[in-house]
Amino acid sequence: MTMSHEPEKIPVTVLTGYLGAGKTTLLNRILSEPHGKRYAVVVNEFGEIGIDNELVIGADEEVFEMNNGCICCTVRGDLIRIIEGLMKRKGRFDAIIVETTGLADPAPVAQTFFVDEDVRQAARLDAVVTVADAKWLAQRLRDAPEAKNQIAFADVVIINKTDLVSPAELREVEARIRAINPYASLHRARKCDVELADVLERRAFDLDRILDIEPDFLVADDHDHDHDDGHHHHHGLKHYHDEDVQSVAVRLNGDVDPAKFMPWINQVTQEQGPNILRCKGIVAMKGDPKRFVFQGVHMMLDGDSQREWRPDEKRESKVVFIGRDLMEEDIRNGFLACAA
Amino acid sequence: MTEGQETSSLIQHARLFDAGAHVVAAAFVGGAPALALADGVVLIGEPDSQKRLVVHPDAAMLTAISDGKTLLTGGDDGRVVAARADGGLEEIADEKGKWIDALALRGKAYAWSAGKQVRARDETGAVKTWSAPTTARGLSFQPKGFRLAATHYNGATLWFPKVDGTPQTLEWKGAHLDVTFSPDGRFLVTSMQENALHGWRIQDSRNMRMTGYPGKTRSLSWSHDGQWLATSGADAAVVWPFKDKDGPMGKAPRECGVRQARVTQVAFHPKALVVAIGYSDGLILLVRLADGAEILARDPGGGLVSALAWDASGARLLFGLESGAAGLLSLPA
Repeated sequence: MTMSHEPEKIPVTVLTGYLGAGKTTLLNRILSEPHGKRYAVVVNEFGEIGIDNELVIGADEEVFEMNNGCICCTVRGDLIRIIEGLMKRKGRFDAIIVETTGLADPAPVAQTFFVDEDVRQAARLDAVVTVADAKWLAQRLRDAPEAKNQIAFADVVIINKTDLVSPAELREVEARIRAINPYASLHRARKCDVELADVLERRAFDLDRILDIEPDFLVADDHDHDHDDGHHHHHGLKHYHDEDVQSVAVRLNGDVDPAKFMPWINQVTQEQGPNILRCKGIVAMKGDPKRFVFQGVHMMLDGDSQREWRPDEKRESKVVFIGRDLMEEDIRNGFLACAA
Repeated sequence: MTEGQETSSLIQHARLFDAGAHVVAAAFVGGAPALALADGVVLIGEPDSQKRLVVHPDAAMLTAISDGKTLLTGGDDGRVVAARADGGLEEIADEKGKWIDALALRGKAYAWSAGKQVRARDETGAVKTWSAPTTARGLSFQPKGFRLAATHYNGATLWFPKVDGTPQTLEWKGAHLDVTFSPDGRFLVTSMQENALHGWRIQDSRNMRMTGYPGKTRSLSWSHDGQWLATSGADAAVVWPFKDKDGPMGKAPRECGVRQARVTQVAFHPKALVVAIGYSDGLILLVRLADGAEILARDPGGGLVSALAWDASGARLLFGLESGAAGLLSLPA
């Protein structure tokens, strides 16, 4: 029997952002650009989209708990149903964009792609894109836990309405975002005027694309400029430390012992899972010529062997957790104790 | 094939054809083979003289069911349409801007859901509406009386559309999908988001958990005598015994047609304890419940089997795949 080639999965981009930040502006931009792609758009409010689009699906955000012994495991039931229905239109659209409500927690959307087998077979989560209001984000981070979750969860953050704030205010809002999530790529925008390539087809959840996990201090506000200039932004940057949401990164020179690492990563995500929003890692397993990469959302973990370590590459292991009230010392010591 | 058992084959008795699109459902309507396709089309008639009915123009067919006389279809155009053997189409409902998520059919009574809204239309054409707490994913008429079961998050609700008052909700934590009554009306069974079935004995709402599936169950079929329920979602058809007053409680199910492929469709023969089983690799087997004897009905290949239906006499089996491959198997007399 010959196996047919696995068909390409439909990419799904999740747009989040607090009320009024500009999600709909970004959505309208995506739909109106002459990119030749056909999008199926899942929205919560009809009528906000100013562009004619063949496939606009209204959804009620139905967040379901799963009875699988995992206390923080929730999925978006409506999304499972919609993706199942959209598969009946296979070949008639290229990608899916899911716009969440301003108060939504991105975790159930992301977890849907880990938990539901049918969704996993049909579609892949491409990236969580969060639109932030340059003027109001700092305020929202103080009074709205949802806004903080959306920043912490993001693969891409668009700082919108930069024309409404001074350069100093902009630097401050960037520093606040970085204090929560140093790993997202950050883009400055007015009326969400970002390059679509910075938002779509990011493959942020693709294990094959986890190349490096270095904090991204560069702010890509101008696509023509030489990125070396970016370091100038670094000077005079105030360092913020967010009180409750932060990231923990641990690096270990050399290999880890898989017999220690696997139980440890499972234990950490089980015990601290409700507080872990995202995690990622590139690990050198003793005796394995290939890089082991993983990523997760709360208690869900997805990991696989990736490409081989290159001869010129230093075998080292690194894990990153972004979450709320993380037990930093436990994570650090636990991971370092996995050394081979 | 199952090891150690000889499998005979009927594949030379199947007429294969290309339906042209993902087959959502198969049925015999007034004796004529009919396939409901994802592109909104219904193909009806013998393979060499099919009529092509455009039921949901420029839309997708989300769901379709049949009682042997009518093929009822629901689309992402919000329309519910009844197709008949003569090619006649009757629009039953138009829920503008919504998707039709589930359907139920009995005689001239119809029910459909679009999001949380559940509607039932009786023989006289009168339509009643009930609002489910969350999207209603499955509907089924009780075998007797004008009563509808609708699944939702954390349970299923039994609703008498003609009676005012609060419908009875059978509670069980989790998201419930498809739903079916046992033919004698004693049990209600739902499939769930978390790879399990749940059942209630209607009389006392007693719960039955049916777990152990590696995947979701999306195909359920009762045996002609009502004593067995065949289900998809595992690497065999899992067949639960419902003969006793406690149903399958405390009993192990039978496993028919164990293979290294997921069962995607099941259909019990209308007169014998034989179940047709379609797999994720395109293979179809007929398996006798009594001794597990297997007969090959379709070779593997072409993707997953998405639709199976027997005609009323059990002489012909119609099948369709997600890839659009289809066939009509005539059992030798």
